[in-house]
Amino acid sequence: MTEKTPKAPFTGPSRRAFLAASAGLSASLFLPKGLRAQDFPTAAVNTTGLAVTDSDVTVGILHSVTGTMAISETGSVQAEKLAIEQINAQGGVLGRKIKFVQEDGASDWPTFAEKARKLLVDDKVASVMGCWTSASRKAVLPVFEQYNGMLYYPTFYEGLEESPNVIYTGQEATQQIIAGIDWVTQNKGAKTFYLLGSDYIWPRTSNKIARKHIEKLGLEVVGEEYYPLGHTQFNSVINKMKLKKPDVIYAIVVGGSNVAFYKQLKAAGIDMTKEKPLLLTISVTEDEIRGIGGENIDGAYACMKYFQSLDNPNNIEFVKAFKAAYGEDMVIGDVTQAAYLGPWLWKAAVEKAGSFDIDKIKEASPGIELTTAPEGYVKVHENHHLWSKTRVGHAQADGQYKVVFETADLVEPDPFPEGYQ
Amino acid sequence: MFADYSWGELLSIFAMQGFAGLILFSVFVLMALGLAIIFGQMGVINMAHGEFMILGAYVTYLVSRLFESYAPALFGIYFFIAMALAFVVAGALGMLVEWALIRRLYKRPLDTLLATWGLSLILQQLFRTVFGAREVGVTIPQWMMGSLPLTDTIEVPINGLFVMALAMGISAAIYVLMFRSRWGLQVRAVVANRTMADAVGINTERTDRLTFGIGCGVAGVAGAAFTMIGSTGPTSGQLYIVDTFLVVVFGGAGSLIGTIASAFSISQAQSILEFFLSGSMAKVLTLLAVVGILMVRPQGLFALKLRK
Repeated sequence: MTEKTPKAPFTGPSRRAFLAASAGLSASLFLPKGLRAQDFPTAAVNTTGLAVTDSDVTVGILHSVTGTMAISETGSVQAEKLAIEQINAQGGVLGRKIKFVQEDGASDWPTFAEKARKLLVDDKVASVMGCWTSASRKAVLPVFEQYNGMLYYPTFYEGLEESPNVIYTGQEATQQIIAGIDWVTQNKGAKTFYLLGSDYIWPRTSNKIARKHIEKLGLEVVGEEYYPLGHTQFNSVINKMKLKKPDVIYAIVVGGSNVAFYKQLKAAGIDMTKEKPLLLTISVTEDEIRGIGGENIDGAYACMKYFQSLDNPNNIEFVKAFKAAYGEDMVIGDVTQAAYLGPWLWKAAVEKAGSFDIDKIKEASPGIELTTAPEGYVKVHENHHLWSKTRVGHAQADGQYKVVFETADLVEPDPFPEGYQ
Repeated sequence: MFADYSWGELLSIFAMQGFAGLILFSVFVLMALGLAIIFGQMGVINMAHGEFMILGAYVTYLVSRLFESYAPALFGIYFFIAMALAFVVAGALGMLVEWALIRRLYKRPLDTLLATWGLSLILQQLFRTVFGAREVGVTIPQWMMGSLPLTDTIEVPINGLFVMALAMGISAAIYVLMFRSRWGLQVRAVVANRTMADAVGINTERTDRLTFGIGCGVAGVAGAAFTMIGSTGPTSGQLYIVDTFLVVVFGGAGSLIGTIASAFSISQAQSILEFFLSGSMAKVLTLLAVVGILMVRPQGLFALKLRK
């Protein structure tokens, strides 16, 4: 697959405009011979009645643009649209332009399932980029399996799932948690941990894995606590932390609660830049920092696979293109980048399979490599998760993370970790 | 559950939790006062109360951005200006809403629930269109951050103290307005007997409009205060509305003293329970207790004696 990967797929605004304008006329001159539509007759590449014509192919975008999750999912939608636009500027997939149908899950899980059915049955889309919460993914999963659709799911999540109909482009729990805990114990000499999270499946499962790993290392968890989603009063738990004096506050608070938590932590006199206690999170991306305020989280550490500040040519191009498309003051978080990978991975799978047929894409997906991902090189595992590096970022007052550690090798995805369940 | 701690630690736990409870109490009072005025005095169930709070929060956000860009030297005091402006803006919108919507529904109190719910959806969409779907946060002035150490283990966050002072100030102002001013007398007369109040020459329409406006204005100030604690998004108001109604109903609709008493008991119960049990469990137990007490005493802790 690598030999087909174009050298500079992420193009700036002017270049993109130029490519878009000239693509129709001259794309076939630039592109490898095998990628012209006429070389892939529709009858041959679309054997299962998907929405594919001689000139274009339709995919679905399924996120919440209304309701409480709109705050998080907006970035994913933007990234997916950007990727589609760039792929089209390069001539599309098997010579066909990507068109998309966007549906709104409205932060409501039954609605997600209904819209997924609509996309697969009525629109006959060739793949779907979408979902954010685990609840929405669990709601659409039976639909994708029943109607044999393909879902590209961008969020880091709790693992314990593997479906042939889903490609998980974010990290599963072990890729994020274990590397992060190993890093604080080895580099910061942490011995005691206080686990804190929002009260639903992802934080609870993640903390379970974290606790198992901490105890396996012979270290101690001195407290574990959950608060309802949207909770804004953390004074009590901060008081407890002050009494227990843990080396590490391990926080998996999600959404708006984060803002309350970090502001109150700072107000209570816990200065994270002193690293006593040190704060490690796997749920705060640059997006959340916009609400929290950089000065309130300055000095905390986050463990995930992507930060906007990553210094590599792919990412510099990506950030530039994203800002050109959506505004200079945009920030890009981990999930936004993972969402951006969806259309590219699908394109690679289609081209490897030489067909839009879902079964062939499923078979072709494992082993697909992407050298052009903003996060660096990634590869699809047999279990449909990505091999990816895990990085630790140090939050700065300007709202960006400085990368202080990255794993030397790609971390193998392991959605069903043995001994951690 | 006490065995894990020494006596000295227990002492500071109770001191700090008591304090955390007081801060929570202030938050509840700020949230519920505006609603108690409107719900208690006018019988209008204002489902858009949360959105009026968020309006105040967005006003604060805008003022903070303005000060950051144009008057960074005065940044330390922007908050007071923002609060005053939040009161004016939310109050003015409240009066407009009363004039356009609520006054047509006084004889159908349940319909106010639907109408204001619709209003809350409209406001949410308006916020989303104007400010975007993402949450925004304001920068807190330097002097409001940090905490005052009382002893080695007991520390009091300054923004918590500020919220407490604010809650006390607003409660006192509402008290004076309600029980020591001519306007308060008129409001109470209208509540007691609308027809009679009308007959003795009280302009009930104007009284209603002002009451609604002040209730919404207080919500706006509460929203301004919450920017110090949480973030502001189009739907953040929904987070507060359940707690707010809980406080008002538990206290006994119509009674401002009841609202304060109920805010105090709920917050202290929650704060103490939170320490010894988990956060979610504390919430569940508090809710169960409130439901239990309301079953025995449906009128709430304090009830107004009205001649119907």
